[in-house]
Amino acid sequence: MSTLNYFNLPDVGEGLTEAEIVAWKVKVGDVVAVNEVLVEIETAKSIVELPSPYAGVVAQLMVAAGETTDVGTPIIAIGQDAGADSFKGGPSAGDEPEMKPLVGSGPKADAVKRRPRRGQGGAGVEHSTPEAKALVTGSLPQAKPAGNRVLAKPPVRKAAKDLGIDLSDVVATGQRGEVTKKDLLSYQDRRTDEPKEAGGFYSNASAGSATGDPRIERIKVKGVRKATAKAMVESAFSAPHVSIFVDVDASRTMEFVKRLKESRDFEGIKVSPLLILAKAVIWAAARNPSVNATWTGDEIIVKHFMNLGIAAATPRGLMVPNIKDAQELSLKGLALALNELAMTARAGKTQPADMQGGSLTITNIGALGIDTGTPIINPGEVAIVAFGTIKQKPWVVNGEVVPRWVTTLGGSFDHRVVDGDLSARFMADVAAIMEEPALLLD
Amino acid sequence: MGTAQESATNIDINGQKPGASVGVLHPHVVGQAEMVQLLDVEGVRHADATFTPYIDALTAETVRGFYRDMAIVRRFDAEATALQRQGELALWVPVIGQEAAQIGSGRAMQPADYAFPTYREHGVALARGLDLADLLKLFRGISNGGWDPKENNFHLYTLVLAAQTLHAVGYAMGINRDLAAAELADSGAAEVIDPAAVVAYFGDGSSSEGDVHESMVFATSFNAPLVFFCQNNNWAISVPFEVQSKIPLVNRAGGYGMPGIRVDGNDVLAVYAVTQWALEHARSGKGPVLIEASTYRIGAHTTADDPTKYRMLAEEEAWKAKDPLIRMERYLRAEGLADDEFFEQVKHDGDEMAAHVRKATLALDSADIRQKFATVYAEAHPLVAEELAWFDQYEASFADAAAQISQGGAA
Repeated sequence: MSTLNYFNLPDVGEGLTEAEIVAWKVKVGDVVAVNEVLVEIETAKSIVELPSPYAGVVAQLMVAAGETTDVGTPIIAIGQDAGADSFKGGPSAGDEPEMKPLVGSGPKADAVKRRPRRGQGGAGVEHSTPEAKALVTGSLPQAKPAGNRVLAKPPVRKAAKDLGIDLSDVVATGQRGEVTKKDLLSYQDRRTDEPKEAGGFYSNASAGSATGDPRIERIKVKGVRKATAKAMVESAFSAPHVSIFVDVDASRTMEFVKRLKESRDFEGIKVSPLLILAKAVIWAAARNPSVNATWTGDEIIVKHFMNLGIAAATPRGLMVPNIKDAQELSLKGLALALNELAMTARAGKTQPADMQGGSLTITNIGALGIDTGTPIINPGEVAIVAFGTIKQKPWVVNGEVVPRWVTTLGGSFDHRVVDGDLSARFMADVAAIMEEPALLLD
Repeated sequence: MGTAQESATNIDINGQKPGASVGVLHPHVVGQAEMVQLLDVEGVRHADATFTPYIDALTAETVRGFYRDMAIVRRFDAEATALQRQGELALWVPVIGQEAAQIGSGRAMQPADYAFPTYREHGVALARGLDLADLLKLFRGISNGGWDPKENNFHLYTLVLAAQTLHAVGYAMGINRDLAAAELADSGAAEVIDPAAVVAYFGDGSSSEGDVHESMVFATSFNAPLVFFCQNNNWAISVPFEVQSKIPLVNRAGGYGMPGIRVDGNDVLAVYAVTQWALEHARSGKGPVLIEASTYRIGAHTTADDPTKYRMLAEEEAWKAKDPLIRMERYLRAEGLADDEFFEQVKHDGDEMAAHVRKATLALDSADIRQKFATVYAEAHPLVAEELAWFDQYEASFADAAAQISQGGAA
């Protein structure tokens, strides 16, 4: 019998506890050499390829692609010689994985959350044994024939996965026939331009789920989704939210936007009512500085600058990049900054620095045709403004009902910092600009 | 090299000139494109009155050795990266792209000279004669050092940014005092001390640390025999060089009153020559020199870093075209200094070295945190004892504690 060597998932960063298996580069039966790439994993820090520590024949892939597994878990078994294909089932007692301790910030240092403590009763969570995780060899769902593997670099692969795109559907233009980021984005553009097919509700459900019920799809919570969830729970349950709403006749804003679009100074620049709202929020915050603040528990930190956050749906999920020192920008400068922010976000290129240090946020739910909502405050801030859709509605002017461009502004405020009268004054100021943008000249 | 006319305009921000009055600084600035280069990217030699003679004095064997060393350290770097990815090292600091700066400067040193490295000087370590496998002990977490610095006059890696520049100045000032003491005791001429110099390695990121400033002040004020060797690899983790300095770092030398040389850090011949010049300058009692080697960190800052998050592929590609090994290979082949057999031998030697490094690393123990407690102070200390007791208790609180300890007590 050949003995098997097990490769335990290493900590490839400093102090990481888990990683996701992105794609296996080998299949059962492949002969691998030391340092030959086995698998691509994604950690909280980056996507990396793991080279084989052993030479031999791949006997078993123990974690499926798409699964997130703890550092220290055996992920692959490699036989020492060609006899390895006689291998059956999970490792027997004699084949106990070496479990060689990793150095430094390896699994043991991180093991606190997995290792059962004494005196917690015998019914602690069972370790997931290699056997439990072992997949039946040879038939991994994503192990396509090695020959037709689509070439693409890890970030592209990752982006495709996030967008739910099968790389084999994308036309590759790379030098060595690989799918480039550009290919992927243009495919995505085309895809989003196409009208959504009806009946997607059922037809999507076929995507493989290990649950047995094909109508139920399980999506692992990770990455941006995980971060968003954590931030939202933290904010919603630590900051007492108060939300207020105001209907606004935004007809003058619409006229103003139209004139800006026609003006030569704004040629080639995308102008939308969001620009006027952004300017209005900056203006109103300057008049009511306490809405532009951070609550620390001991102190209220009032910011005399505006890093204006704009909530954006991106390929990677919800991001809130902010425009630094937006108070310094002219209307045109602000328009350019908004455009750049949106383009960067849409391309999935928003940098962590772009999202740090925000002071107040706008969420543009109107872009999707929604009237209003109660937004949750971005953690570290005390106010957020929701911008509803602008549409023609009946409006009473001088006792007569006339059609006007009407929108609803919603605002949520952290009551620990912002009391009712302040939030009302702030929202009234924002509304005033939307009703009469000329006030900005003030 | 430096054209004062052109450069002077660089520093006048927004065209505001302070005028030609007495007392107004009119700097001569070495520009972005200016540097000593003896071998261009095509592998073609260029002559320089000051520096070419240093290369002309070399044997073909030595010149081939430069290539060999660069190839060996690159192979070593790949093996260490793989070992980290296999869980055998906690961390690795790749050197790929900076081989010429390290081999060129390391080879210029005499045995009596002393090098103070950062944590990325694997090429210098090779040039100083270390067993590269020893470098990995630190990165496996089993040693605070890994080698005896006195054996090869190669100091331990310093992880605290820029701290080693201060150590280097102190060491260099010590050399001066040794020389002075020997002179006093002299007459009997019992022992003759050869003049030696020190090389302090640091990077563009460290150049912004106060330590480097203090080092330069002391080194110049006390005429220390020291070469400040800055590998400007353009990235301080994710911070681009433009944030460290508006103008090439070499220009700072003038402010401290020492000579400064900007060199193509991917040109091993030029690096060797300018370092030779600088070391001679330092050894002959003329004081310190600043060398800025313009190079690029092709890989990640460490294995825990992902450069695709903060820099563009196009930039990496542009620098890959300036690769130090490729241009040297072109030169050696074009001049008939090396043939296929030589390059095959180098590859073979690299693989052999990598196998040795792998074997030596796998034979090492795992990290033992108790050893760290034991080496905080030379003698027993109540606080350390208290913390160790807490740690033992904590470890024992796990249901599988016995199994953990049976694995050698590593934590």
